[in-house]
Amino acid sequence: MLSLKNVSAAYGKSRVLETINLSVAPGESVSLLGRNGVGKTTLLRTIVGHHPVASGSIAFLGEDVTRQPAYRRVRRGIGYVPQGRGIFPHLTVDENLRLGAAASRKLKRNGTIPSYIFELFPVLRQVGQRKGGVLSGGEQQQLAIARALVSQPRLLILDEPTEGIQPSIVQQIEESLREIRTRLKVAILLVEQYLDFAWSIADRFYVMRRGQIALEGNPRESDPSSVHHLLSV
Amino acid sequence: MGHLVVFAGQIFNGISVASILLLTALGLALSFGLMNVINMAHGEMLMVGGYITYLTCRFVHGPGAFLLALGFSFVGSALLGAVLEVTVIRWLYGRPLDTLLATWGVSLILQQGARSLFGAIGVDVVAPPWLSGSVAIGRGPLAGLTLPSVRIFIIVLTIVVFALLLLFIARSRAGLFLRAVHQDREMAQALGVNTRWVDLLVFAAGTGVAGLAGTALALIAPVTPTVGQSYVVYAFLVVIVGGLGSLLGTALAALLVGLFSAGVQMFTSVSLADVLLLVLVVVFIQFRPRGIVFRRSRVMKEA
Repeated sequence: MLSLKNVSAAYGKSRVLETINLSVAPGESVSLLGRNGVGKTTLLRTIVGHHPVASGSIAFLGEDVTRQPAYRRVRRGIGYVPQGRGIFPHLTVDENLRLGAAASRKLKRNGTIPSYIFELFPVLRQVGQRKGGVLSGGEQQQLAIARALVSQPRLLILDEPTEGIQPSIVQQIEESLREIRTRLKVAILLVEQYLDFAWSIADRFYVMRRGQIALEGNPRESDPSSVHHLLSV
Repeated sequence: MGHLVVFAGQIFNGISVASILLLTALGLALSFGLMNVINMAHGEMLMVGGYITYLTCRFVHGPGAFLLALGFSFVGSALLGAVLEVTVIRWLYGRPLDTLLATWGVSLILQQGARSLFGAIGVDVVAPPWLSGSVAIGRGPLAGLTLPSVRIFIIVLTIVVFALLLLFIARSRAGLFLRAVHQDREMAQALGVNTRWVDLLVFAAGTGVAGLAGTALALIAPVTPTVGQSYVVYAFLVVIVGGLGSLLGTALAALLVGLFSAGVQMFTSVSLADVLLLVLVVVFIQFRPRGIVFRRSRVMKEA
């Protein structure tokens, strides 16, 4: 469904991604691991279309999207939850959610939010008229995930969804991601520092080191300790 | 009592000047706030609106001609703005100085175009009969004050346009997209918002409203090839004083600038009033460099 072939990217003259090959199948859950600064976020930004590809190609649902602007790609069925959550602080929760429908042709006009969103994240039902900027970090994160799901994407891309969030909410977010996986049958590409969680939700994992894929594997067949040397500082 | 009447008349004049300033400044505030683009050709949109009004009133007769002219100048200036965005500005995003130069060039071309078509001397638009009178106040402390209908019309027009614009931004889907792009362009794009289309729409709407300002102006002054130039400078002042990206601030600033000019002109010459206005703005910017109303926007932060 998503397939990257020899993708390289750079900031100015310094290469940050080197010939990355990565794929996500429909309904599959893939974790992307690695230390800080190895290029995980850049890789996700490159897939979404926020960072240009220097060489190589990105295909999504059988179409080459390498040169497409971000809004075209996500309209084909990508939900993106960026690092830092990307909530519009001066828009209400409802407006944030309605923007999620921008990518969807089906929901275009009336802008009603599908009910499964509130079943997954009941807390959002009560805060609809509040501004996104006044929500707590956990609420913002749930809003960001909900917003990415409004358009019923085929692939959900998450960049450290548990970063900077209190442990009780982290657990809730993990639960909802598992439910999203089984119930909505959406494929997931997850960047996550919490190794236990990343390991338990994934069908496959990649480990990055210095802009390259250093290791690829299946968490059922290997032990988390096998990647420790690539992750610990 | 006579002083009071003169004073009230001057305030009224100030408000009507502020109205035209606001109509001109709205487009500038929108495109600067959203795209970080300084459009030096914005004044020429006002001029184009003025000439469209002139042409419409020349070839169409009847009581509705002027209202038709309003529609034509909005659509005409908006289309011209759209062409400008697609052919010039879109290619220069992120390069504010180049945009400044390129749009200045466009403004010179448009001015010379108008000079070649209509001559350097201004053309007059005759206000329709229902606007040619004036409202006289016969009683009370302001007895003897006469308010020209055209100026009342301009004020009403501005209030209506401003309210419609606020409503559009607050209620419509495109308005929601606009606010999203203003706050976080990249995230809006990642949710499927076609930001190029939003930029184009906002830019065209802004130039269209400037066209309306041209129509309003044509009622009280002749339309000349350089009419835009003389207004756009004040419109820039209004945008800066008002605070970037805040339409409410823009409205307040327009009112302040209009009233200040009209007030000072009572005691001194027009040029000295301009000097005093500039001094005031310079001092004001020292204390509030971000204008009357400022809201943090990532677009501005990155710039």
